[in-house]
Amino acid sequence: MAMFRRKALLLRERAALEVLRKGYVIEVENLTKRFGDFTAVDHISFRVKKGEIFGFIGANGAGKTTAIRMLCGLHRPTSGHGQVAGFDINTQQEDIKRHIGYMSQKFALFNDLKVWENIRLFAGIYGVEEKKIAPKTDEILERLGFTDQKNTLVGQLSLGWKQKLAFSVAILHDPEIVFLDEPTGGVDPLTRRKFWELIYEAVNRGITVFVTTHYMDEAEYCNRVCMMVDGKIEQLDSPENLRRKFGVETMEEVFTQVAKKAQRTDD
Amino acid sequence: MSDYSVSARNLSKKFGHGHHAVQAVDGVSFDVKKGELFGLIGPDGAGKTTLFRLLTSLMVPDSGTAVVEGFDTVKDYRQIRRIIGYMPGRFSLYQDLSVEENLKFFATLFGSTVAKSYDAIKPIYRYLEPFKKRMAGRLSGGMKQKLALCCALVHAPKVLFLDEPTTGVDPVSRKEFWEMLGTLQDQGISIVASTPYMNEAVRCHRIAFVQDGKISECDTPENIRRKFPHAILAVRSRDAFSLLQDLRKFPEAHSCYSFGNYQHLYLHSEGGADGSAARLQEYLEGKGHQDIRIEPIEASIEDCFMLRMNKEGGDYGDV
Repeated sequence: MAMFRRKALLLRERAALEVLRKGYVIEVENLTKRFGDFTAVDHISFRVKKGEIFGFIGANGAGKTTAIRMLCGLHRPTSGHGQVAGFDINTQQEDIKRHIGYMSQKFALFNDLKVWENIRLFAGIYGVEEKKIAPKTDEILERLGFTDQKNTLVGQLSLGWKQKLAFSVAILHDPEIVFLDEPTGGVDPLTRRKFWELIYEAVNRGITVFVTTHYMDEAEYCNRVCMMVDGKIEQLDSPENLRRKFGVETMEEVFTQVAKKAQRTDD
Repeated sequence: MSDYSVSARNLSKKFGHGHHAVQAVDGVSFDVKKGELFGLIGPDGAGKTTLFRLLTSLMVPDSGTAVVEGFDTVKDYRQIRRIIGYMPGRFSLYQDLSVEENLKFFATLFGSTVAKSYDAIKPIYRYLEPFKKRMAGRLSGGMKQKLALCCALVHAPKVLFLDEPTTGVDPVSRKEFWEMLGTLQDQGISIVASTPYMNEAVRCHRIAFVQDGKISECDTPENIRRKFPHAILAVRSRDAFSLLQDLRKFPEAHSCYSFGNYQHLYLHSEGGADGSAARLQEYLEGKGHQDIRIEPIEASIEDCFMLRMNKEGGDYGDV
């Protein structure tokens, strides 16, 4: 029985890799989510390329969170279809969860566990093979320059360090893509920039990044930006093309013009 | 009666004991003029929230004094609570009461009614009125923050304390929020606000940089920008990340940070940015960068923040 399950898993993984070979980590078409008579996400279609930093931007209540929850396999779409990391968003949600990373501004780290214990715990949760956990832990600590802090309680770390650790933990199982949901909300300008340098490093190692932010200078750091208004995709292009299209100097101005179209003042 | 709405003198507050003790606020003194919009900015953990709690009488300082509208925050805490509005960083309204019920509740706490204080809250409440029957927990971030501001205003306070009121709020709502603060301040309310957004900090009359529990600088945004000690070049090329790495290795570089689609390079030399620009152009071409654009610029408040914070090493050590 266990062997059978293992074989089924392998087959699914192989099928997923086949899909990914086409170069898109996310492909969704007409993705829609309704809550009662309210359409939170309204027929959105887009693709995210492998190795891309994809920015997901919109006013509060535009439907970003609902969309992300569908992409992460936490909400079932009302209609529409697509794949994330090679797995079907309607039928293979558990597989999706295993092949993506997720981090929000409320990091899921345990304050009363030590640094290495947190890494060990999440490695276990993500199903990293037992014999790979110890070398993986060392690798993370070394990359962060954190080896001498491995016995520190996470609760005693500064916000900047917690953020670094939370990000490393979110990608420790080498996911195809990592979802960062407002990772820098309320964070001071210096710590924010350091965090983005970490994102760039990860991208250089081949990870795809899907990120939401309310800082429009950070929208500039993305390869492409998708702007949502009232549950729909209003714009999707590189920051440079968007700025040119709207004839403005900054993404902040682009956003202000795009968000003006919103009818929905609330969700 | 003094011209100051808020005066802090040598305020200090420590948490914990022994070598685990944290000096959250460390000998802070400043004054906020009547009707002023005063900004507190600084990195996370700098002590801003503790400062708010001391000024709002919610915490007693270890030493030092604070006076708000002539009342001592320790001795006269009852009077103070009647004349201040406080919006804590975390959303603190009742999620399972409607917009209207939350307002009514806070008005009643202060022995007032929504009708009586309608004029005070009107500029903000007009945005909320269409949703007055909605549960507060079901409002979006921008609306929650407007409701919180309304609740802080419902007793027509003389001073408003706003602890990161716009965190997690989209850029358009944030702008609206600061415009509302402008309206309030026109009505003569003094406002002390903290924010992680430097383009908001610029809207304040004066800003205090808070760092390690101390105020390291306090001045108008204009004066702070003028005091920036380095010439700055805004630089861009096709590959932003490798550009940043290379700029940091430029011999004349003091430090360098990303600002949207530009990198801001702070130069060691004070004057002569033009000569540096030419040398930089050559250096970057040598590194194989394409579509290089270099222009000298004036410092923004965010530049001042970056430089100031980095001096202290920050959380990550050096670049």
